[in-house]
Amino acid sequence: MDGLEESRSALEEAGYLADDATALVSHLARRLDKPVLVEGPAGVGKTELAKALARATGRELIRLQCYEGLDEAKALYEWNYRKQLLRIQAEASAADPDGAAPGDAVMEDIFGEEFLLTRPLLAAIASREPVVLLIDEIDKTDQEFEAMLLEVLSDFQISIPELGVVEAQTMPLVLLTSNNSRELTEALKRRCLYLWLDYPAVEREVEIVRLHAPDLDEQLARRLVEVVGMVRELDLKKPPSIAESIDWARALLLLGVEQIDADTFARTMSIIVKHRTDLDLVAERVGMRLPAAPRAAAPGDAATAG
Amino acid sequence: MAAASGPNLLAGQLVRFCGELREEGLAVGTAEILDSLAAVEQVPWSDREQFRGALAATLAKSQEDRRLFDLVFDRWFFRAAELEAIERDREGAARGEGAAGGEGDGDRIDIDELSELIRQAIADGDDARMGDLAQLAVAAFGRRGEGSGVVGVDVQRIRRSLGLTPGSAPGAGGSEDVELDREGVRRFESHLRRELERELIERTGKLPPARPLADLDRALPTNPAQDLAAVHRSVAMLKRRLATLGTEQRGRRRGRIVDVRRTMRASLETGGVPLRLRYRPKRPRRPEIYVLCDVSTSVTSASVFFLSVLHALHDSFRKLRSFVFIERISEVTEIFERERDFTKISERISRDGGVADISGYTDYGRVWLEFLEEISADLDPRSTVIVLGDARTNGRDPHAAAFARLTERAGRTFWLNPEPRLYWNYGDSVMAAYEPHTTEAFECWTTKHLEHFVDVVARP
Repeated sequence: MDGLEESRSALEEAGYLADDATALVSHLARRLDKPVLVEGPAGVGKTELAKALARATGRELIRLQCYEGLDEAKALYEWNYRKQLLRIQAEASAADPDGAAPGDAVMEDIFGEEFLLTRPLLAAIASREPVVLLIDEIDKTDQEFEAMLLEVLSDFQISIPELGVVEAQTMPLVLLTSNNSRELTEALKRRCLYLWLDYPAVEREVEIVRLHAPDLDEQLARRLVEVVGMVRELDLKKPPSIAESIDWARALLLLGVEQIDADTFARTMSIIVKHRTDLDLVAERVGMRLPAAPRAAAPGDAATAG
Repeated sequence: MAAASGPNLLAGQLVRFCGELREEGLAVGTAEILDSLAAVEQVPWSDREQFRGALAATLAKSQEDRRLFDLVFDRWFFRAAELEAIERDREGAARGEGAAGGEGDGDRIDIDELSELIRQAIADGDDARMGDLAQLAVAAFGRRGEGSGVVGVDVQRIRRSLGLTPGSAPGAGGSEDVELDREGVRRFESHLRRELERELIERTGKLPPARPLADLDRALPTNPAQDLAAVHRSVAMLKRRLATLGTEQRGRRRGRIVDVRRTMRASLETGGVPLRLRYRPKRPRRPEIYVLCDVSTSVTSASVFFLSVLHALHDSFRKLRSFVFIERISEVTEIFERERDFTKISERISRDGGVADISGYTDYGRVWLEFLEEISADLDPRSTVIVLGDARTNGRDPHAAAFARLTERAGRTFWLNPEPRLYWNYGDSVMAAYEPHTTEAFECWTTKHLEHFVDVVARP
């Protein structure tokens, strides 16, 4: 995976059709050892990109799912205090039956690596094999957490006060995803390459759908993507993602549908639209525009559905 | 150019390029410049799109930045191409026309050849090549001194002298039988137009070496068809920020108030000794908001934006009442609450609002009087009044006293003016009469301004 084209085809083999910008940025990330900040609307394949990169490079994927209130004990490391306690007690009863305080040796001992519970970030840094680290939905965390990430992202190291600095053995490939629900800090952005992922163009989405539902007729796939595109145009609470286009394609395959008409759409649109108000809007705006079901197809459909 | 000076030369160019980006307001630090240098070494220099992509990934860290980046990038490379063309001319003249330097691409392309290339590009539908060729064509015609200075005229003139007529077969050369389709020619024309416009900017902006992008270039997208979605995206972001603001305040121990009643009740468990203090829960401030929005023609472009702000606000604040006005005022809270679709809302407002009387010109004075009469009883110190308007009264009485009375009753009053501060109080704008009575007045014509404003309002 040296040149740009190689990275693109490796991603393709891993089941991810990357556009020019995505291929370029993931290529740069590998060559420059820089983390990548991926932003874009929900469901355009940000997380999937990280998984595909892991598959393409044959690396393990370590994932840190962010949420409000995530702290370093859950993201970086934690001392296994039960184990420490046991050690202290064992040490105290074995060495000194008179009950004197445990010495410095024990103190030093219990802050060793074996008492450390590694969490995703430390695991990624300390791993002997190169890994792909996915920090998902970074915008859900607080600003304090972002600040804590800075050390990891720029120097690939973690300082543990009792133990010293853990430096990366191998350079992890880091991806941060964000749905842009809040502005990330400048300091974080400065350390990352930036990639904006948007809904793919019709051609590409047809390819993606066909990749994941290979039995689907090309004509039908194109129609499906066009309809999904129409739905995305509307002002919805939750526009359909690429994954939902794929789900829909698979559902149509299962139902043995040969053409998307108003009737099929009405029956299956709950796969791509998931809000009560959205359903009404979509039925009204998109459903109406589709051709009515032809007579001949109706009994066949009913049979497969039943 | 010697190979050894290559990297340094590039570094210098990049630093200057980043300087221009900074002038346009992008936060480009030294770290970014170093990154971008490292990044461009990883891509072939001959591929402009990859070069642009590598720079953008390291220098532009948001979508807005990316838009500015593209503008600056195009401007920069247009100038670079021009400069090179001039230098090549000079070299050519010094060497004499016949001197073949061994490099084919250094030679100037004559018009027929250019025309042939453009035909080919149009036939292939290759947009990137069309752009390059348009640049060449403009540069070539610029040197011949045939430009009229009017973009529209020049586009047609260049197109005609290149012999690009839709539907025609190529003339003398006749090597290929490509028919030019209308659509392709139109695309090429739009490329030509872009290049010419860019050149015009360069020419008229000669005094400052690179004219900063006009502020209005990056102002809010105001054409509803053009990019309402962009406005909505940014407003949606604000909405989520507003929604989370309350939680930030929770859990702070400062300024808590003891709830005597609950403390006493809790003390029953311990035989009447108040061992545990109970506090009053601290609730995030959910202000009652009154929004008054000017929807007259003088703020047409801005009101689309303002209405979508209103639209978003309605989702975040339960106690929000909105009014639109031109000559009279009309409450539209209900419309916003019932309709989710934005276009429907604006339709309904223009149909049922009934805010225009005779002239269709804004009458701020009358609006205050009506508002006072209808609403003032409901106003209390907890309420916030937000006025969206340009304060252009069309020469009528501003009734600043009525406005003052209104602001006295309300806790806070904010004024968002869609015009740059520079234009306030020019012409029939009477902002000065109102501004002293407001808590704060803001200019608000970009999403940045809006964000700033939201920060102020959401402050507890």
